[in-house]
Amino acid sequence: MDKTTFTKLFADFDRDASPRYRALRQAARERFASLPLPTTRAEDWRFTSIAPLLEMPFDLPTELRKSVRIADEVLGGGHEKLPLAVSGSMRLTFVNGRLARSLSVAAKPDIYAHTLDLLKVDVPELGQIAAEKENVFTALNTSLLSDGAVIVVPDGKVVEYPIEIVYLSRPGDKSCVGSPRSLVRIGKNAQALVIERFLGERTYFTNAVTEIAVGAGAVLNHVKIQDESATAYHIANTQIVMAARSNFTTHYLSLGGALVRNEVRVRFDGEHAEATVNGLYLASGKQHIDNFTVIDHAQPNCASHELYKGILDDKAHGVFNGKILVRKDAQKTDAKQTNKVLLLSDDATINTKPQLEIFADDVKCTHGATIGQLDAAQLFYLQSRGIPLDAARRLLTFAFANDIVNRVRIEAIREELEARIVR
Amino acid sequence: MKMLTIHNLHARVADKDILRGINLTVNAGEVHAIMGPNGSGKSTLAGVLTGKDAYQVTQGEVLFEGKNLLDMDPEERAGEGVFLAFQHPIEIPGVATNYFLRAALNAVRKYRGQPELDAAAFLKIVNAKMKVLHMPEDLLKRSVNEGFSGGEKKRNEIFQMAVLEPKLCIMDETDSGLDIDALRNVAEGVNALRSKERAMVVITHHQRLLTHLVPDFVHVLSEGRIVKTGGKELALELEAHGYDPIKAGMAPV
Repeated sequence: MDKTTFTKLFADFDRDASPRYRALRQAARERFASLPLPTTRAEDWRFTSIAPLLEMPFDLPTELRKSVRIADEVLGGGHEKLPLAVSGSMRLTFVNGRLARSLSVAAKPDIYAHTLDLLKVDVPELGQIAAEKENVFTALNTSLLSDGAVIVVPDGKVVEYPIEIVYLSRPGDKSCVGSPRSLVRIGKNAQALVIERFLGERTYFTNAVTEIAVGAGAVLNHVKIQDESATAYHIANTQIVMAARSNFTTHYLSLGGALVRNEVRVRFDGEHAEATVNGLYLASGKQHIDNFTVIDHAQPNCASHELYKGILDDKAHGVFNGKILVRKDAQKTDAKQTNKVLLLSDDATINTKPQLEIFADDVKCTHGATIGQLDAAQLFYLQSRGIPLDAARRLLTFAFANDIVNRVRIEAIREELEARIVR
Repeated sequence: MKMLTIHNLHARVADKDILRGINLTVNAGEVHAIMGPNGSGKSTLAGVLTGKDAYQVTQGEVLFEGKNLLDMDPEERAGEGVFLAFQHPIEIPGVATNYFLRAALNAVRKYRGQPELDAAAFLKIVNAKMKVLHMPEDLLKRSVNEGFSGGEKKRNEIFQMAVLEPKLCIMDETDSGLDIDALRNVAEGVNALRSKERAMVVITHHQRLLTHLVPDFVHVLSEGRIVKTGGKELALELEAHGYDPIKAGMAPV
C-alpha cells in the first residue's frame, strides 16, 4: 500500500458508492494527497512504525452487496457471537462498511439512529469534529466515506437503553481497507450510553473515525471495544467536542489486532465540563498497541481524568502518549493523567510519554506512570492457599485491570473482559 | 500417627545460614508451640515448610504424611493440607475476598478429589465460619486484606484456615498486634479447629496466645536449632525468665 495505489482505489470506490458525499470525499482526497504518511521521525509516531501496514496490499472490501451473507457465515449462522450488551439495547451492525439489517436491532422512535447513507437531512457536524486537516488517516477515512452510523439524541432525552454500533470486517481473498465512520450527537441535557465494537476475521485494515459532540449539560458514556482479528491493522481517531457543563466518559478497550493505533482527542468547548478517559489495553504475541490521547483544555473550569492501564505479555509492544494541552485562558483547569503498565514477560516493551503543555497559570495538572510486574509476595500468598501459580498470575492480572473493568457500566462487558483476562 | 517429620533441616537465606539442624515430629491431634527470640529462625521454618522460594534448603528432609514436602510447589502443599497463617498477611487490592476464597477452596478441593462448590454452597460454609470468628459482614466484598488493621488481618488468616480445613495449621506470630478481645476471638477460632486429625504448630514470642490455646509441647528455638523441649509450663518459665538462661545452658556450636 502506498499513496499512489489509492488513486485507483478511490476511482473503484466511487463506482460503487452513492454520490451523496462525493464533495466531502473529494476535499478529503486532496488533503490525503498533501499530507505525508507518518514515519517514526514524526514526534507523535516515534514508537510506532506503520511499515508493516505499507507493505500490505489492500483492496476495497469485496462483495459489498453480499455483506449480510458473509456476516452470517462469519457468525456461523447465528448471531450469538455478537452479544447484545443488555437486552433491550438497539444496534447498528455494519459488515464490510454496509449496514446489515438482519444483524441490527431497530432504533426506537425516541432517538435518531440511522446510517449516513440513509440519512434524510445532513448532520452538520459530519467531518467538522475530526481534524482531518492534519491527520492523514482521518483524511483517508473521509476519502472513502459513503456509509456509517449516525446517532442523534434530541435535547433533554435520557436514553434508557445502550446504543450499540458494531463494525465487522470480513475480507475475501485479498486484504481490504475499511473505513468505519460514526457520528454521535448528544443534545442539550440529554443522556446516553454508546458502545462501539470492532471485530473481524482474516487480514484487513480498519481505519476508523468517530466524531462525538456532547451538548451543553449532556452526559455521554462511551465504550469502545477493539477486538479485531490477530492479523488486523486498526487505526482509529475518536474525537470529542464538549459543550459547557457536559460530562463525557469513555472506556477504550483494546484487545485485538496486530498493529493498533488508538487516538482519542477531547476538546472542551465550554466551561465546567468534565471528561473521563479510561483505557485498557491487552497485548501478547507480537501485538503492537499505541494509545495516543490529547485532552485540549481550551476553556476554563474544566476537569479531565485519564487512566490508562496496559497488560503486556510475550513480545508485545505498548505505547502511551498522553498530551494535555491547557490553553492560555483555561484557568482553574483540573487535569489528571495516569498510565500504569503490567509487564508479564521480560520481552514485553512499553514506551510511555506524558506531554503537558500548560499556558495558563492557575491550574492543577498531575501525571504519573508506573511500570511493574506481578508481585512475588502476592503470588506466593495465593499459592500458599492452594491456587496454582498459573491461576494466581491470572487472578493478579485481573486485579490490576479491575479498577478500570469495574467502572464499565455494562455488566455483560465487565464479564467479557474478566473472561478475557482470567481465561 | 506421625503427620510431620522434620529431620536435620538446614536452610539459608541469601548466604546466611538460618536453620542449622532442626528435628521435630508432630503427630495428628497435637499442638506444638515454637518459641524463641527474634532471629532464631522461627519464621524461616514456617517459610521453608510452606515453600517460600527465598529460602534454600541445604540439608535434611521434611516428610508430611510420609511424602517429601520439600519437593512440592506451595499450592501442592496447601492441597495436601499444610496451611500457614502469615505473620504479615499480604494485601491484594482488586481481588475480592469471596472471589479469592472460593478460588482457593475449590483449588484445594480439586486437589483432594472433592467436587468444586458453587456460589451458594460456598457462601453457606463461609457464613458459618465468619460467625465463629466474628468477622465483619462486608469482609467478603472487600479486597483481600486491603486496608485491614493488623488485628483484622490476623483474624482473616484464621478465618481462611477455618474455610480451607487444613491438616497442619502453622501460625506465625498470629498473636502479635492483637488486642485482648481479638486475641480471644482468634483463640476461640483456633480452638474450634482442634481435632484428633489436625495438628497445629504455633510460632510465638509470648505465651499470651498459649493461655487460650494450650500446647502439648513447647520447643525453644535458638540460633536455628531446637535447644529445649518441654510441656506447657515451659512457656510460663520463658515468660518469667526470658531466653537467656536457656541460651546460656545450650551446648556450644
